Amino acid sequence: MSMGECLVNTETKAFQPKIVAFLCNWCSYAGADLAGVGRFQYPATIRTIRVPCSGRINPLYILKAMANGADGVLISGCHPGDCHYMSGNYVARRKFALIDSLLKHVGLEEGRVSFSWVSAAEGVRFAEVVKGVTERVTALGPNKGVFKVEDGGGTND
Amino acid sequence: MSQSKVGAVLIVGAGIAGIQSALDLAESGYLVHLVEESSAIGGTMPMLDKTFPTNDCSMCILSPKLVECGRHLNIRIYTNSQVTKTEGEAGNFKITIKQKARFIDTEKCTGCGSCAAVCPVKVNDEFNQGIGKRKAVFKQYSQAFPNAYAIDEKNCLFQKHGQIKGKDVCKKCVEACQAGAIDHAMEDKEINIEVGSMILNPGFKVFDASKLDYYGYGKIKSVVTSLEFERLLSASGPFDGHLVRPFDQKEPQKIAWIQCVGSRNAKIDKNYCSGVCCMYAIKEAVIAKEHSHIPVDTTIFYMDMRTHGKDFEKYYESAKNQHGVKFVRSRIYEVTEATDGSGDSVIRYSTEDGKISTEQYDLVVLSVGIEPGDSSKELAKILDLKVNKFGFAELEPLSGVNTSREGIFAAGAFSGPRDIPETVMQASAAAGAVASLLSEERGTLVSEKEYPAEMQVAGDVIRTGVFICHCGVNIGSIVDVPAVVAYAQTLPTVVYATEKIYACSQDAQASIKAIISEQKLNRVVVSSCSPRTHEPLFQETLKEAGLNAHLFDMANIRDQCSWVHMKEPELATEKAKDLTKLAIIRASMQIPVQPIFMDMNHAALVIGGGVAGMTSALSLADQGYEVHLLEKAEVLGGVARRFSTGFRGEDMKAFVADLISNVNKHPKIKLHIGAEIKEVGGFLGSFTTTLVDGEQIEHGVAIITIGGQEYKPKEYFYGQDDRVKTQLELDEALVGHDSKVSAAQNFVFIQCVGSRCEENPYCSRACCTKSVKLALKVKAKNPEANVFILYRDMRTYGYFEEDYELARRSGVIFVRFSENDKPVVTKEGETLVVSVKDHVLDRPLEIEADVICLAAAIIAPEDGKKLSKWFKVPLNDEGFFLEAHMKLRPVDFSTDGVFMAGLAHSPKNTEEVIAQAKAAAGRAGVALSKEMVESAGLNAFVDKRKCTACGTCEAVCSAKAVSVDLVNRVAVVNDALCKGCGACASSCRCGAINLRGCTNEQIAAMLNSF
Repeated sequence: MSMGECLVNTETKAFQPKIVAFLCNWCSYAGADLAGVGRFQYPATIRTIRVPCSGRINPLYILKAMANGADGVLISGCHPGDCHYMSGNYVARRKFALIDSLLKHVGLEEGRVSFSWVSAAEGVRFAEVVKGVTERVTALGPNKGVFKVEDGGGTND
Repeated sequence: MSQSKVGAVLIVGAGIAGIQSALDLAESGYLVHLVEESSAIGGTMPMLDKTFPTNDCSMCILSPKLVECGRHLNIRIYTNSQVTKTEGEAGNFKITIKQKARFIDTEKCTGCGSCAAVCPVKVNDEFNQGIGKRKAVFKQYSQAFPNAYAIDEKNCLFQKHGQIKGKDVCKKCVEACQAGAIDHAMEDKEINIEVGSMILNPGFKVFDASKLDYYGYGKIKSVVTSLEFERLLSASGPFDGHLVRPFDQKEPQKIAWIQCVGSRNAKIDKNYCSGVCCMYAIKEAVIAKEHSHIPVDTTIFYMDMRTHGKDFEKYYESAKNQHGVKFVRSRIYEVTEATDGSGDSVIRYSTEDGKISTEQYDLVVLSVGIEPGDSSKELAKILDLKVNKFGFAELEPLSGVNTSREGIFAAGAFSGPRDIPETVMQASAAAGAVASLLSEERGTLVSEKEYPAEMQVAGDVIRTGVFICHCGVNIGSIVDVPAVVAYAQTLPTVVYATEKIYACSQDAQASIKAIISEQKLNRVVVSSCSPRTHEPLFQETLKEAGLNAHLFDMANIRDQCSWVHMKEPELATEKAKDLTKLAIIRASMQIPVQPIFMDMNHAALVIGGGVAGMTSALSLADQGYEVHLLEKAEVLGGVARRFSTGFRGEDMKAFVADLISNVNKHPKIKLHIGAEIKEVGGFLGSFTTTLVDGEQIEHGVAIITIGGQEYKPKEYFYGQDDRVKTQLELDEALVGHDSKVSAAQNFVFIQCVGSRCEENPYCSRACCTKSVKLALKVKAKNPEANVFILYRDMRTYGYFEEDYELARRSGVIFVRFSENDKPVVTKEGETLVVSVKDHVLDRPLEIEADVICLAAAIIAPEDGKKLSKWFKVPLNDEGFFLEAHMKLRPVDFSTDGVFMAGLAHSPKNTEEVIAQAKAAAGRAGVALSKEMVESAGLNAFVDKRKCTACGTCEAVCSAKAVSVDLVNRVAVVNDALCKGCGACASSCRCGAINLRGCTNEQIAAMLNSF
């Protein structure tokens, strides 16, 4: 069973998007933990991939996620200036500025891919971010297949 | 002193102080005996909801330390125990410990709670401050170590009654316990140990508010203490973090805090400030607002707002301005019960202008002060230690941690009220002091943990075992755990999947180990809580089972699933399945990663030769390490050379001269005077610091103690009229018998000059006390002098409150002003006139001043930026160095091997500087005690065949760990420098560079599963 199948069931339920969330270990993942500790509720739409730093995220991962049917992508790192590795989030910010314009260029709807900064102390904010992303992606509806899987899974890079 | 010393230490009290000193010492080669009175380690911290000023969850930051301490091979923990007798002297003490019967074998108990479920006796739950009940067989809190229940013999039916008519009374717990852990015949034990030194941190208790009946505590149900309120806020508290009044479960909409309950009260012999209550009240108000789903109106009634710690002032300002917490400067007359039958409380109070008002609140929280615990007093008696008049242990002047007896040290609230970072600092300082005392005995009594040889898994068929945790009801009540197990069993590589009630419990570790061997697992996945707190625990289990620690992954189905999707159990179950699948994919593609070991240079570099630097240098040198002490100026001593007396009347000139002479004659200290740094390279274990004169210093660790600066006021004619002086200048003038000062009649002190303002939005902490001390000095010399202190809040925290009171009684006049209405100094002819609006009289006041003393701020060091760049360590917005964690790592930088102490960290007084300097030396000593430097090895690696030597990786690497080898035209990673962020891997244009533990292939496979 692929992950895409289990939730997009338009006959019985309202559309429940599936969103890949890349969270940096030191801030946003910790912020997500804190949301849990505080029991700040948010929709069960994200599937988290923990990375050491937002700077670890290759822009190709976003395309790959979309190609595999994810309805949206959320990327979250430390606030500017707070990076555990000094400047990884600046590396991320530069990459995302570029990929953002590429995504627009190829016709991906605005709101499918979101970037945010959540610190280890911002549990409420994390919940709010997920709520916001979920609302935007839900409004856009299921992934329309701008990126397609050509060979059953794309490249391995 | 005794000749043959013992390389073991007794630590009394297992709160955060005891845990920190135990870990520091056990990690640096000493055997630790940790004695705790209650049935679990942790102390007060687990009771707190959040911690200020970061709002971190208290339990969450503590729990990794609990686990680490609990399973440390060289820490022996004695719970339910007390020290009853001691003999001997520094270096060699004989200790008798009495361990009360627990009636439960901690080795056998799995912490499952079946016993408590059947126990018929309900008693007030002390951990929850009496709100809610616990059973007579109980565990203090769910993450407690030992993870085992205990029977409270005072309440257990069988323990009380034994047999009636030949039949056992109750004993239901014995039937319920499947582990056979309960033994009602267990007896108290006496344990004798030998140690070389002791650290005492028995903690504190809070003031019993019912002693002051005008607050209504104990009579009015809607009056609670601040510690009770912590439990009301806490997710693990009696109402699961749902903020309600305990007696009617109504959600309070209007809450008041009353400050200084049992503090700053000479009438009840509590004439000291507890120092922490202002901050915790603000935090509780902010969290209450955040927590509640309805708007909550919060008011804090206070005398002086004392937010003098690092970043506290900003927290106060944001509570006021962003969160809308109201602050009312007032005196409380009484709290009475509302007559409308609502159960509310009514506070009658007068504001500063003398106006009397009453106001009704749903809930009133009393900010209760800190006082010595009963066991602290007893301990001081057993050990024959000096105590002060309040019953706290009296420390030797300017020692930070020394009690009145050699070889016995103190940390935390044993010697007076202090907050968590100060407690942790003292704990590390005490550990450092012990390490100095017992340096020859390091490593004599400790053993090293041995692991079975690592199984070779390369090329083997992947066999993944999956353990899904219920976490009691935390996961299991929302997520359908059996369904997740069934799903996991269908996934590729999975050969075994099962569920666990608590995957982190001791028995679960044993069972996981057994299953690894039975099922020949070579990959393990645990779906439970956060890897940030629990990954090390499971990795340790893997190592014990002979698997490489990295053949593992965790799915966080609690913090990031069941806890945040409580109303959507089906969706939560689906998410838990997906998260488990992602973890299985990542783990199945994981390969063994070996830690990297590098040589450790056992020398230290201390930068800055003031009191902090000299103290750190001496402590490290006494621990047996070579120290390079570097001072930019031509003389040692720093700003302390300008002090005449310390805050407890110490002769500072003699103290500093002593320090300098000790530093000069210490064979292990090499001085570099008048030396400036040119550049710094390297990392923990092998730094190279080059001086401007070309000399190179090789060192394994560095301590930054470069001090601060006195703010040079731009205001109040400073620098234009020599009658306007800073505190340091007035001190010098008083000591030097300056005739102008001796002849002066009117002295005006102006506080907060350059502090608590836009430019420096922090409190300089030491200046209120300094002004009071100077005012008293002036009064002592000339009782007829008119002395005015113009202030915003008098922040004479701790015992300095007594000086404040003495100053008032000596006739020093205190006039408060507000930030928006600062005093104005004008010159009429040659006369200096200070105008200030008196808040009590609401009238302007004009004082002709002969001397004006400005409490000039302590500002950040000049060279902070340079050192920040050289050592890659951060500064905060105000230019002070930023520690790795505000609460629990107050002297560490997040960069390994670099530490800080003194004013460079934040403003503080000399005594506090000394404690911090010893703490930095203690922490540095832990690092230096290691033979080798170990890192996990989750680093970047290069596929040479793909690399085109373009240099992108080199450009993005902030750790300077990647460089292009221009000869071989390939990027090379320096494993010692690589921090494993992966920025290079995501930037590589040809996919040549990758990250262990988080490879492109792993992420791609995870994404392909969508």
